[in-house]
Amino acid sequence: MSNVLIVAEQFDGKLRKASLHALGAGQQLAARTGGALHVALLGHGIAEAARGLAGFGATVHVADHPALAHGLAEAAAPVVVQIARDCGATLVGAAATAAGKDLLPRAAALLGAGMATEVLGLGGAGPAILFRRPMWAGNVVAEVEITTPVKVFTVRPTEFAPAAAGAAGEVRAVAVGIDAAALRTRSVDFQVVKSERPELTEARVVVSGGRGTKGDFKAVEALADALGGAVGASRAAVDAGWAPNDWQVGQTGKVVAPELYVAAGISGAIQHVAGMKGSRVIVAVNKDPEAPIFQVADYGLVADLFQVLPALAERVKASR
Amino acid sequence: MPLKILVTAKRVEDPESKIRVKPDGSGIVTDGVNYKMNPFDEIAVEEALRLREAHGGEVVVAAIGGEKQQTELRAALAMGADRAILVRHDGPLDALVVSALLAKVCEQERPDLALLGKQSIDDDQNQAGQYLAARLGWPQATFASKSESLESEAEQKKLPGVVVAAGGKSARVVREADGGLQTLEVQLPAVVTVDLRLNKPRFASLPGIMKAKKKELKELAAASLGVDLAPAVVVRSLAEPPRRKGGVKVADVDELWKKLHEEAKVL
Repeated sequence: MSNVLIVAEQFDGKLRKASLHALGAGQQLAARTGGALHVALLGHGIAEAARGLAGFGATVHVADHPALAHGLAEAAAPVVVQIARDCGATLVGAAATAAGKDLLPRAAALLGAGMATEVLGLGGAGPAILFRRPMWAGNVVAEVEITTPVKVFTVRPTEFAPAAAGAAGEVRAVAVGIDAAALRTRSVDFQVVKSERPELTEARVVVSGGRGTKGDFKAVEALADALGGAVGASRAAVDAGWAPNDWQVGQTGKVVAPELYVAAGISGAIQHVAGMKGSRVIVAVNKDPEAPIFQVADYGLVADLFQVLPALAERVKASR
Repeated sequence: MPLKILVTAKRVEDPESKIRVKPDGSGIVTDGVNYKMNPFDEIAVEEALRLREAHGGEVVVAAIGGEKQQTELRAALAMGADRAILVRHDGPLDALVVSALLAKVCEQERPDLALLGKQSIDDDQNQAGQYLAARLGWPQATFASKSESLESEAEQKKLPGVVVAAGGKSARVVREADGGLQTLEVQLPAVVTVDLRLNKPRFASLPGIMKAKKKELKELAAASLGVDLAPAVVVRSLAEPPRRKGGVKVADVDELWKKLHEEAKVL
């Protein structure tokens, strides 16, 4: 039996969109191997999110337990292993989110499995899967083979289309036997970064600011809001304390692929470009005509972002 | 209570070096490439030193590799680590092999805390710490960060971001999670992997570099540790990613708007 298990994610009882892209990768793998598709959801009070996973041709395994409420890898990894064994999965994957990258390697170790992180695409032929993944900050794409019986992976959500609709799929409750008192990890606090804006990795438009903002993100934020988009930042801007951590776009931050990406005052270090080059249309605004960002931008404007961004925001508002 | 900390210092290609793929896709061109300690490991070493400064104890730096890997271990010793362990092994590695070897080192050394970079910037796998924690049955706190910025007063004072409780039984770790910052409390011993914004690593001082030459650097043969050294994640070929072509420069906001509206039809 060579089945596929995708570990989906929820936050506050809401299914993460990235998981549907991971499930899309799972559908491709199941088609390649001829195996059955399974999806697992772990957490507490997750019935609504679990319903969002039905209808993709996958059997849905719901592990609902108070000890799974905070996404602790120590608690969740053995449950993933249990589900993987129960459904005979030899391919176990998730989205390459912070949660996926925390949990899946721990589960892989317990499964004695090799793992490929941040998979961009699938190579090989038929059931012999090769995983295409970035190395050296995206400067190189490797094709890797995993030789253990069970193979674990995370996929970059922007590189896989979301799951296509399919059969309803049975929903099964997983009997979870966690001894909560034996856990050696405890979640003490979660500071949610509250935002009225769409999540960076899911937004149709992203407007990012870099060193050129000199710490003033008002124009960047105003354009993002005019476009109904999310705000991003370069590593330089985040390191300077001008923008919160989770705005960082780049190889070590978030990888985004919106319809429109506006890079304002960003020089275009390879590290940053690795996180946004999948965008459909890239606009760069920078005072320096030699900035490398212009080499990847579809439309470049050599100008002061503090003049361009407000003027563009006005044009957007006027067109509505 | 003094803390014993094991920290890693992997040798990687300098991120400032240009990485090119050999024409046959069998590897990268290493001519003209510089090497240095993995930047995430530098942050881990810095954090280990701050914890030792706050609590006393010992910082043991470990790595797996060939003879040249000594350079990065000496660099960590020059930053202030107390002694080094080099697990000698020349072949390719994956997280299964790395974690098996590091687990053996942890069994010998019995640290209170294993600190690793969240990923190494060559293979970018982001796995070794999590595999290690699973093998040892230790709790894990990945992607350690801190709530304050790197310009904050706490950073100026070089305070550790990982807060070990009095008595040394547990540690609090602020970590970068999806949608916010999560604070975990882990019982020690534990594995902590570090992210970019945990601290700004110090530079080695000249006296530090001189002292490092006399510090202990112990070598262990990987083959002597009773571990399967065959990696299960095998790179079959490398290629350079498709390049995105640069587009056109526009003269002003009016032209930009027109292009976005009429040509790209994205607005």
